[in-house]
Amino acid sequence: MKTITREQVAAVLRDAIPQLAFDLPQDIEQALRDAAQREESPRAAEVLNLLLENARMAHEDRVAICQDTGSVWVCLEAGPDVLVAGDALADVDAAVGAAYTEGNLRKSIVRDALFDRANTGDNTPAFTEVHLVERPGARLHVMLKGGGSDNASRVTMLVPGAGKQGIVDELLACVRLKAANACPPLVIGVGIGGTFDKVAGLAKQALMRPIGQPNPDARAAALEEELLALVNATGIGAGALGGATTALAVRVQTAPCHIAALPLAINMGCSAMRRGTYEL
Amino acid sequence: MSETIKLTLPLEKEELAKLRAGDACTLTGPLYTLRDAGHIRLLAELDAQGSDELPYGLSGQAIFYAGPTPAAAGRPFGAIGPTTASRMDFAAPRLHRAGVVATIGKGTRSDAVKQACVQTGSVYFVAVGGAAAYLAKCVESSTTVAYDDLGTEALRRIEVVDFPVFVGVDTTGADVYEQAAGA
Repeated sequence: MKTITREQVAAVLRDAIPQLAFDLPQDIEQALRDAAQREESPRAAEVLNLLLENARMAHEDRVAICQDTGSVWVCLEAGPDVLVAGDALADVDAAVGAAYTEGNLRKSIVRDALFDRANTGDNTPAFTEVHLVERPGARLHVMLKGGGSDNASRVTMLVPGAGKQGIVDELLACVRLKAANACPPLVIGVGIGGTFDKVAGLAKQALMRPIGQPNPDARAAALEEELLALVNATGIGAGALGGATTALAVRVQTAPCHIAALPLAINMGCSAMRRGTYEL
Repeated sequence: MSETIKLTLPLEKEELAKLRAGDACTLTGPLYTLRDAGHIRLLAELDAQGSDELPYGLSGQAIFYAGPTPAAAGRPFGAIGPTTASRMDFAAPRLHRAGVVATIGKGTRSDAVKQACVQTGSVYFVAVGGAAAYLAKCVESSTTVAYDDLGTEALRRIEVVDFPVFVGVDTTGADVYEQAAGA
């Protein structure tokens, strides 16, 4: 049986962080390029071309795509054929601190949200979780999440009677109010179901799924397409300066829930949606 | 699209009055970076001194809402770009009245900020969020002026050259995002 150690996790994370900070994921870059080709508004086209040029510069110069190099989210996913040797996430913060210092990345974490807003100085702690799954093998999901787009996110406890229309209305209201703050074109993670705390996690996990890879559930895939068309019909566009592409993708993740509930979470991802999955 | 307007910092109010929401501009000259924690501290200093006379040479200057990465690739910052301006809405009207003539950020502003722009002849510029490697190449130098202990949130005076922005809120209170959403 394969064993997952803390050293292994730390080593993978150590390489993943600079790669994510400097290299825009290929699916995002391709989606920006497609959007630039479609765009008819000169101002939005200028923004999209600037974002593509920015990605090229960051890659070549090994500098951050965005000055907000994010909070670090790490999710260890382990299958039935692996042994997780104790606290396999124990060295995550050491890896984060080293990667952020050596990579000249911005340190954006304060010690306590309310009582001590002193910068910790090395972007730690990371935010971590473990998922036990049936899929064989083990992998690390990593996201560098920008603060501006996270601030544009929301959790709403809808009533079951609100149904799909309630979700559509809430998403469009959130986009109209917050898209300009979240650096569009956006990647929008939508969690539906679970409980108050779990639904936000669903929305975050949804952001991991690459563009061009629809939800395997055909009903969810259809909803993703419908929501994307509605978001783009707002005309908010790249840089929120008016245009055809307000979002590159909407990713939906659903789950069971209580008979009284229809939990909805919207997790906004920016045009520099830095996330990746790494096999262990 | 109209021509890009080349502006030199510090900005004259007569120059600002000619700008209209949506105009594409470039900025050349000094900017001051300041964001969340720095604004809280600056307002506390104004309260403590009992007047709104701006310290650190901020009078007549432009504040860029930004927290850069450290130096990299031979430049003062590896990456620098606008942060969400609305988080500084609590401070912007007071700072405009005290003499700050422009702010630079991303995203929407409150009605109070727009009113302050009209009343004081000030302007809010928007820069493209997520283009921070590109924008860093427009920064020639940086000096920390105050609040060094805040790390990325320190008050810095930076010299920029041909720094690209759009007019977000002009001196009539017009808002580029409302124009775009209504388009």
